[in-house]
Amino acid sequence: MAIWIEEDAKVLVQGITGKQGHFHADKMVEYGTNIVGGCTPGKGGQTVELQGKDFPVWDSMREAIAATDADATVIYVPPPFAGEAIMEAAEAFDSVKGEGVVVCITEGIPTLDMVKAVSYVYNRPGVRLIGPNCPGIITPGENGGAKIGIMPGHIHAKGRIGIVSKSGTLTYEAVAQTMSIGEGQSTCVGIGGDPVNGTGFIDCLAAFEADEQTEAIVMIGEIGGNAEQEAAAWAAENVTKPIVGFVAGATAPPGKRMGHAGAIISGGKGTAEEKFAAFEAAGIACAKDPSELGAVLLESLKKAGLR
Amino acid sequence: MNIHEYQGKALLKANGVPVLEGVHCTSVEQALAAYDKLNSKVVAVKSQIHAGGRGKGTLFNPETREHVMDGGVKIAFSKDEVEKYSSHILGNLLVTIQTGDEGKVVNNLYIESGCEIEHEYYLALLVDRDNKSVLIMASTEGGMDIEDVAHNTPELIHKISVDPNSGLLGFQKRDLGMALGLSGAALKSFFKMLGKMYDMFVSNDCAMVEINPLVKNKNDEIIALDAKISFDENAEFRHKNWDELRDLSEEEDVEIRAKETGLSYVKLDGNIGCLVNGAGLAMATMDVIKLYGGEPANFLDVGGGANEEQVKTAFSIILEDPNVKGILVNIFGGIMRCDIIARGVIAATEALSLDVPLVVRLAGTNVDEGKAILAASSLNIHPADDLAEGAKKIVSLIGGEA
Repeated sequence: MAIWIEEDAKVLVQGITGKQGHFHADKMVEYGTNIVGGCTPGKGGQTVELQGKDFPVWDSMREAIAATDADATVIYVPPPFAGEAIMEAAEAFDSVKGEGVVVCITEGIPTLDMVKAVSYVYNRPGVRLIGPNCPGIITPGENGGAKIGIMPGHIHAKGRIGIVSKSGTLTYEAVAQTMSIGEGQSTCVGIGGDPVNGTGFIDCLAAFEADEQTEAIVMIGEIGGNAEQEAAAWAAENVTKPIVGFVAGATAPPGKRMGHAGAIISGGKGTAEEKFAAFEAAGIACAKDPSELGAVLLESLKKAGLR
Repeated sequence: MNIHEYQGKALLKANGVPVLEGVHCTSVEQALAAYDKLNSKVVAVKSQIHAGGRGKGTLFNPETREHVMDGGVKIAFSKDEVEKYSSHILGNLLVTIQTGDEGKVVNNLYIESGCEIEHEYYLALLVDRDNKSVLIMASTEGGMDIEDVAHNTPELIHKISVDPNSGLLGFQKRDLGMALGLSGAALKSFFKMLGKMYDMFVSNDCAMVEINPLVKNKNDEIIALDAKISFDENAEFRHKNWDELRDLSEEEDVEIRAKETGLSYVKLDGNIGCLVNGAGLAMATMDVIKLYGGEPANFLDVGGGANEEQVKTAFSIILEDPNVKGILVNIFGGIMRCDIIARGVIAATEALSLDVPLVVRLAGTNVDEGKAILAASSLNIHPADDLAEGAKKIVSLIGGEA
């Protein structure tokens, strides 16, 4: 088991005929992801070549899901159309099979479009949205696995550490840190750096807690908002597995947006200091330097009798 | 993206939200003509900068730093006073609690009619990250610092959350108005105003609208006396008019240029430049430099798919800052291959004849090729295997503590 995405999950790609969508679809097939086709309105009936093999394209997500019984979709649609792409996928999964995972990679979606899209997904309880503005989700397998997003597949290995993070490259850093102590990952989820997104830290912590394969969790936050603080308080009550944490942005000046739309300290709130304090109060073992995540994790595993 | 009060007032007016008559001016002559045109006994002379605390700010001569006048917003009771205040404001430096000591030069003025105020309220609309919806906040304690009100008397702040499926509903507008103690004609006026303001917020992709104060006048009319409006930059593609509203003099020139080449750059006060891929990793790199005794000079995210040209631009932007005494490059190659980054680093250091210490940490896709390319070059590049080692090396190379 892993969370939400099994190793052999059937995956669709929205925007598969675009430059980004095609490039990453190819990389996903190369990794071993079970891509079953894609969706680009107006290009239904065409095929797309990935790793020397042809994959079908549909005009609509309803058709694509009905034809493939897909479990998940990944969106590489440009920002002006991404909000609607999320809603189309959510509606299609809900009406065709009652469930599905929608992963949105797109960066730069207008916030009010996301307010609408998140509410739309929320009203379809079988559908889970991951992102936007995120690296995606990966469940490494024995041979390949399910890589749904833009992360470099080859740095991962199947294992027992669950990783959840707001940032892309910092997640890769965390993955490399688990590998440095000989640990692999159950599932790695990038929840994205936008102010309004789908799946949050608490959803991930709850799923990792319930997952048999996951034995410890790495949680990477960043400045802005208070999702980390809420997750820490929730974890203190509900998570029994060891958690290791890091928060980026201790040196970020207030009022300045640090790359991610959501990474901004406003009104003195959402600082790294505040978040680290919340982590520590919840018994989460913190690394002040991401290069130490491996060492801190190893110590936590030993303490829990897992090493 | 922030806009000036005078632009915000024009937007409110165009959307049917009551504001006072006012005129935007850039010279003393225009200010005097505005006074004649407004034909109001009392006018407000308001400095226009993208920072709060203008009323309690102080004006200084930008060259000599001599004190000119207290207060960036003045009430003038005569034409002489308009002349005096506007000449003391225009071209001078306004320092407020939000600008920092360097202040901002005031190039724009807003001359606004006076109004008989019965009560001052606070009103704000913003996207609430926790509820994932538009939040409307109002308080009877207008004209004050709302952070203080929230801290000292949280019960005086009233909030409603708008469901994006149903929009702002009548009972919500009524409830909020009643919570402010409004009734009769004033409640009606508030109800109408709030509907217009919410529509404006949504149709203009606002990130925040803050009206402090919102006032009730003697005739029970609700009027926006101030307007602090910012837009969601992600929505720029559907608002062609934002180009005209953008005041480039309010933004850091180098940050604008970085954005144009697809880089995300924020200048800081330290002396170690950083070049990183990914926003989270870029922040973490700054943090680790500080942890090992250094001070980061900037935040710089080259993004997920940077090419050689962007790496070069990134270097030249970092080197524009005269404080930079060393550079730390930290790349975790995903989509971006380390060999490409290594070539970009070499091309950039040669083209810019780099003369400060350079530490490069590469990890991820094609890391061995990348490291080999750097090692084979004759340039003085210090390799590092992880972030901590990279940070320690650059700090010690510039003579810091580590």
